Amino acid sequence: MQRSLVDRVYSGVIGAITGFGMLLLLAPTLVVLIISFTGGITLKFPPPSWSLRWYVELLQSQEIIEPALTSLKVAAAATILSAILGGAAALGLARSRLKIARALDALFMSPMVLPAMAFGLSLLLVFNLLGIRLSAATLVLGHTIICVPFVIRMVGASVQQLNPVLVTCSLSLGASRWYTFRRITLPLIRRGIVASCFVAFLTSFDNVPVSLFLADARTEVLPIKLWAILEGSLDVRVAAVSGVIVLLTLAGLVCAEIFGGVSRQIGSR
Amino acid sequence: MPPVIPLAALFLAAFVLPLIALVAISLFRTPQFAELSLAQYLRFFSDPFSIKVLTDTLWLGAEVALATLILAYPLALVYVASGQFMRTLITFLIMLPLLTSTVVRTFAWIVILGRDGIVNSAMLSLGLWQAPARLLYTWEGMVLALTQIQLPLMALPVINSLLRLDGNLTRAAEGLGASRARIFITVILPLTLPGAIAGWLLVFAAAATAFITQTLVGGGRLILMPSYIYQQAVGVQDWPFSAALSLIFTLAVTGIVFAIGALSRRYVRGVDAA
Repeated sequence: MQRSLVDRVYSGVIGAITGFGMLLLLAPTLVVLIISFTGGITLKFPPPSWSLRWYVELLQSQEIIEPALTSLKVAAAATILSAILGGAAALGLARSRLKIARALDALFMSPMVLPAMAFGLSLLLVFNLLGIRLSAATLVLGHTIICVPFVIRMVGASVQQLNPVLVTCSLSLGASRWYTFRRITLPLIRRGIVASCFVAFLTSFDNVPVSLFLADARTEVLPIKLWAILEGSLDVRVAAVSGVIVLLTLAGLVCAEIFGGVSRQIGSR
Repeated sequence: MPPVIPLAALFLAAFVLPLIALVAISLFRTPQFAELSLAQYLRFFSDPFSIKVLTDTLWLGAEVALATLILAYPLALVYVASGQFMRTLITFLIMLPLLTSTVVRTFAWIVILGRDGIVNSAMLSLGLWQAPARLLYTWEGMVLALTQIQLPLMALPVINSLLRLDGNLTRAAEGLGASRARIFITVILPLTLPGAIAGWLLVFAAAATAFITQTLVGGGRLILMPSYIYQQAVGVQDWPFSAALSLIFTLAVTGIVFAIGALSRRYVRGVDAA
């Protein structure tokens, strides 16, 4: 009898913490979406009335739209660069047993371990010493480095699953290396590439520690702009921006899921 | 190996070289780059304020990681015991914060903890509090926000190691009459500890370096390493000191991660041998 009481208390505690955990995971996203439709001028919750006024206001806020466009461009450039360079490197490293291959793999993964602020600061110092002026290009360079680890891991995992016999067959049947890459290798590692592009894009779009040091006044990016706004005042327009970001991310996730099964890739990371 | 060369060259120029420069700059005595010495490091370790900033930051990471651990285990136990629908729901809930931008997640906590926020208006309308409490710009508020923001990093490895656990072991313990709490403590916990430690280290490093959440939810009065580095580099423009700060911080965080990771691998070998 005593045992079942212990079990019931245990199950109750587990259930309660789980419920709290699930609420905690969901609540902030919901809260942001709800507050973005407030009719009031403060972040009072629950909103005193409902309206789309903050989304309308957002459309007229050039000082937020410009950084958002910059962020999208920088993220797109960093994603493409890291996908091409990282993808090629992942293909080259995947089947190599050389010591140097493992050393390079560790090097390419290290931006993930190193606190990004230290990296951002070190790039800023080098650009300053060399007299290179900060621009969108320097920002893309920094973002590319921090996106590479995801590409190396995810594309690398896809290449590991690829049966090397298929490539050998294609080559021995007379197909050129380029044709084999295009028709055999690429389709088979497509999932890894799509998933890593998705994660790389979000990583760059969301990055603060590197942009903090490398973005100058002309290449202001969205997260830094939002941070600066929130440091000064609790501006409700940030809620509307957040609403847009949440919805776009969900839409992107659905697309990536259809083309690349992204959740399995992230879940098994 | 040829396809690796472009990326290797890029990393050499834009990753290895800057880090070498960071070390070099930290060895100058003055911001004008005069005289090589260890003065910046001496300055850090002889200054109680700087040391407190570092220990506070590491402590914040440890605290947040412990809080996520307490939340992640029940979540993972329910996940493993549930059917397809619940599993999909939990996966979705874990992915949701992982994919929304850090600034957005932090902003949500400003709305929740603010003066007119959810917690205050709920407590006031229930009559539990007489006046709105200060939740934003406090240490506790910052720990709570970071716990939610970093929970996915803990939940994923814990779920993965629970999924790999041999179900026969728990059934054997149950058959031998152990209560479920006892099974958790004597069977499940020791066998999934490596996954938990992996998650703990991820959250520790992420929470200690979370500049945005620290500055926005913690506020300007709680100074932690990331904002200290930023302030010294961009505000004061003291590059040697900020370089030394970021190296000390980097070594402290990665040192703890590697040390605990090594202990954990040793433990795994011990469990396998037993």
